[in-house]
Amino acid sequence: MSTQNGKLLELRQVSQFYGRGERRFTAVDKVNLSLSAGEFVALLGPSGCGKSTLLRIITGLQAPTSGQVLYRGQPLRGVNPHATIVFQTFALFPWLTVQENVEVALKARGVPAALRAPRAIDLLDRVGLDGFESAYPRELSGGMRQKVGFARAMAVEPELLCLDEPFSALDVLSAESLRGELLELWTGGKIPTQAILMVTHNIEEAVFMADRIVVMDKAPGRVVAEVKVDLSHPRDRKSAAFLATIDRVYATLAGQTEAESVELGSAPGEPGRTRALPDVSINDLAGLLERLDDLPGNRADIYRLTEDLKVDSSYLLSLIEAAELLGFATVAQGDISLTPLGETFAEASILGRKAIFAARLRRVPLFRWLLSLLRASQRQQLDRGVVQTALELEFPQAEAERQVEIAIQWGRYGEVLAYDDAEETFYLEPMEAKATA
Amino acid sequence: MARAEHIFRNAQFIQRRFSRADALVILAVAVLIYVGARLALAAPAMVAGPTISLAPTALPTYALYSTGRMLAAYLLSFLFTLVYGYIAAYNRRAEAVMMPLLDVLQSVPILSFLPVVLLSLSALLPEGIAAELASVVLIFTSQAWNMTFAWYQSLTTIPVELREASSIFRFNRWLRLKTLELPFGANSLIWNSMMSWAGGWFFLMAAEIFTVGQRDFRLPGLGAYLSEAAAQGDRQAILMGIAALVAVIVILDQFVWRPLIAWSERFKLEMVESDNPPTSWFYDLLRSSQLLERLVERTWRPLSERLDAWLIRRLAPLGMDEGDGEQPSWPVYALMAGLVAGLLYGAYRAGTMLLQVPLMQWEWIAGGVLLTLARVIAALTIALAWTIPVGVLIGTNERLARWLQPVVQVTASVPATALFPVVLLALVRVSGGLGIAAVLLMLMGTQWYVLFNVIAGAAAIPQDLKYTAALLGLSRWARWRTLILPALFPYIVTGAITASGGAWNASIVAEHVSYAGQSYYTSGVGSLIARATADGDYPLLLAATLSMVLTVVIINRAFWRRLYQLAEERFRME
Repeated sequence: MSTQNGKLLELRQVSQFYGRGERRFTAVDKVNLSLSAGEFVALLGPSGCGKSTLLRIITGLQAPTSGQVLYRGQPLRGVNPHATIVFQTFALFPWLTVQENVEVALKARGVPAALRAPRAIDLLDRVGLDGFESAYPRELSGGMRQKVGFARAMAVEPELLCLDEPFSALDVLSAESLRGELLELWTGGKIPTQAILMVTHNIEEAVFMADRIVVMDKAPGRVVAEVKVDLSHPRDRKSAAFLATIDRVYATLAGQTEAESVELGSAPGEPGRTRALPDVSINDLAGLLERLDDLPGNRADIYRLTEDLKVDSSYLLSLIEAAELLGFATVAQGDISLTPLGETFAEASILGRKAIFAARLRRVPLFRWLLSLLRASQRQQLDRGVVQTALELEFPQAEAERQVEIAIQWGRYGEVLAYDDAEETFYLEPMEAKATA
Repeated sequence: MARAEHIFRNAQFIQRRFSRADALVILAVAVLIYVGARLALAAPAMVAGPTISLAPTALPTYALYSTGRMLAAYLLSFLFTLVYGYIAAYNRRAEAVMMPLLDVLQSVPILSFLPVVLLSLSALLPEGIAAELASVVLIFTSQAWNMTFAWYQSLTTIPVELREASSIFRFNRWLRLKTLELPFGANSLIWNSMMSWAGGWFFLMAAEIFTVGQRDFRLPGLGAYLSEAAAQGDRQAILMGIAALVAVIVILDQFVWRPLIAWSERFKLEMVESDNPPTSWFYDLLRSSQLLERLVERTWRPLSERLDAWLIRRLAPLGMDEGDGEQPSWPVYALMAGLVAGLLYGAYRAGTMLLQVPLMQWEWIAGGVLLTLARVIAALTIALAWTIPVGVLIGTNERLARWLQPVVQVTASVPATALFPVVLLALVRVSGGLGIAAVLLMLMGTQWYVLFNVIAGAAAIPQDLKYTAALLGLSRWARWRTLILPALFPYIVTGAITASGGAWNASIVAEHVSYAGQSYYTSGVGSLIARATADGDYPLLLAATLSMVLTVVIINRAFWRRLYQLAEERFRME
């Protein structure tokens, strides 16, 4: 087969919308992407940026709303027979043994029984699962299950191997050893795979494994940057070049400082994009600020913080986003530093914190909108459904639901609004009503 | 307590408002009853049932006959389940009509159809075959719906990554059915099959002994044996009959259901091994048999391998989306137009038949519905009153549960309709006895649903909450009010829904009885239906059956569904 200008896969202006009319929501916005033979590319971005959707479009599990998917220069129709996926949750059939799980992929392609068994056993040997052929997935550890996932994917000898956050459901040690084993197979040319595409939200993992990192952002899901990783394998995580690359990626992901109107977004119903509240707990946010307050200079390298606080890098990014949104911290060049307000918050008593938090909340467009809506409504109360419906004009339904939940949590903490769970109604806190009456 | 949880987690209350499809469905049910009633006009006025021998030697044959009927109906239900559920799950257009239809069908009191079905079939076919067919149809209607719901539900809840895996690895329809859909649905299909069999016995007993006026529909079988024994007052035969029935049920449980359940444990999706998986001695025996293993190895494996290979060659691999987008072709439209036209014409004819019902009879019907409703409420209240304390006792006390549970299960497995002749024997001469007997039959048929649910609910109360209640030093009453009753609420509601459905069903056989050549009536909508059948008053039959169906559907929608939603939203501990 010939590849046109060496490209195995090409996406041209691919967009994916969900919903209709006013509730139409853009999951992926005009993405251009290409993948050449011999490349290992990582798709990196926060949750909700459409990277998994993109993976499904690339493999043909889902057709894009608009745009073109070309495989070896030909438009892709239906599921791509040359691609396969290793799933985050393994997607093994629990009622089949390890060997049967691998064999069924071969069976579906019409490989006769006599050829299937030796091939499956050989692959299981290669990933280090010899002796476990007749075990059921539930008898294995997470790492071993994912090895079955890899063996099954490789059984069909795919040209394009897609990995959907394959290590994120594993414990730290198994994830690390599995990463090493995959790289060994890949760089050693031991598998017939032409290219690997890995979706991940783990920055270090992307820098450790990929040749090229495609950085995505959310709302709408789009490609914002590409970072080339020119480091030879095996990569040393402690090396200066490695750390520099990581800082560069962090800066791209967290450091897009923009004008305040853009930074805060607009209120629902107003023109412009409404910025979603990051889904974080206030306790964790306080924890982050306290930690920063303890550090010399009240600043920290974001990458170090992930190790320091033992949190997922994507959750840390959400926390940082929240801190920025509320004006408690600023981000520049991969570093986060506390603002004077953030310092005050970190050192304040519980009541003091609530007061600061409330003051900042009233500035956030989504809250400004919600509070004015409450003040304008009868008896200063609002049905949850009303808020939800209004937010659905800005966000997809599931996200709107989540935004309502976050607004309840934050509003309760800042005591600017109350919520009755049984009645599903928002109320204005009496103090809040008086303050502005 | 896995068993109870499986059986009584009700799939039926899909959260949905009353829609146009519902109206269409109720119309269709009305037309169906009308057609049945029209056909019934031509039924022979006299039907002499076969003689039923009370000799103990006849029992094995009768048991075989009864089981055979059950099996025939079950196979029909299973086939129906697979096809109907599959289409509804994968075709969004079809789903919009098929699911509301199923929802109404399963809340309809099936026994109210029995007279119509029996008479219309006997008009078309020789009476022996008609009675057999009617029993099979009736059992089918009691078995199919919950199985179909379970299958539909498991098809629609298959985890998306397993679906994606089966697409990316290029499974075709057959391979997907075999490796994904059937295994995923196996557990709930098996539990629901068990439940269907239990329900089936109840209806089989009723269908075997149905007598209206001069028409005596009897089928040689255990149900007929029991009713004949009761009619002759032969206590020994009654005991033998019940013993035979219990034996059949226990044998099926030990040799079919328990092995199946032990086997289906492997199809659980949970990635953790359960602490005490269900076991079956018979299954263990089968598994350790060398001969069987070799047989499977030699014949079954190669055969299924060849079948798979053949089907994989023939059927193309599937993508993710299926057939939703395409417009139905014109024959489909023509068929639908024909159906709607037929439906409208039927509705018109049914309407004219209903207009013939005099006002006085509508008053009877209204009164009858109220009386039967009162009986249903009485049976339910009694059931709740005794099952809640007893269920909590069993559910929270492990030692008690260990020896009480099997006893309760065997007792519960005896279909109430089989015992009904015996109850009558005792009560028929007491004044108002039949009224009491009717409530008693409803109670016998339904209390177990509530009991098992309460047991499951009590066992599911988290231990730490119980400790907390104890630490807080709550009084007995406070503990019941703040912990036990709220925790039980969802379980009680689920049990009560099933129970009230069962009670309505029972009314039809409970409110009128032919006993030792004489007919006894107590007023109620059930006896009204029976009397209309006996007198050949078909407009009344249509009106009464339709009223009962509507009443039950309305009560379900307006009362039970709300309660169920409340229970799901507020009181579910998950």
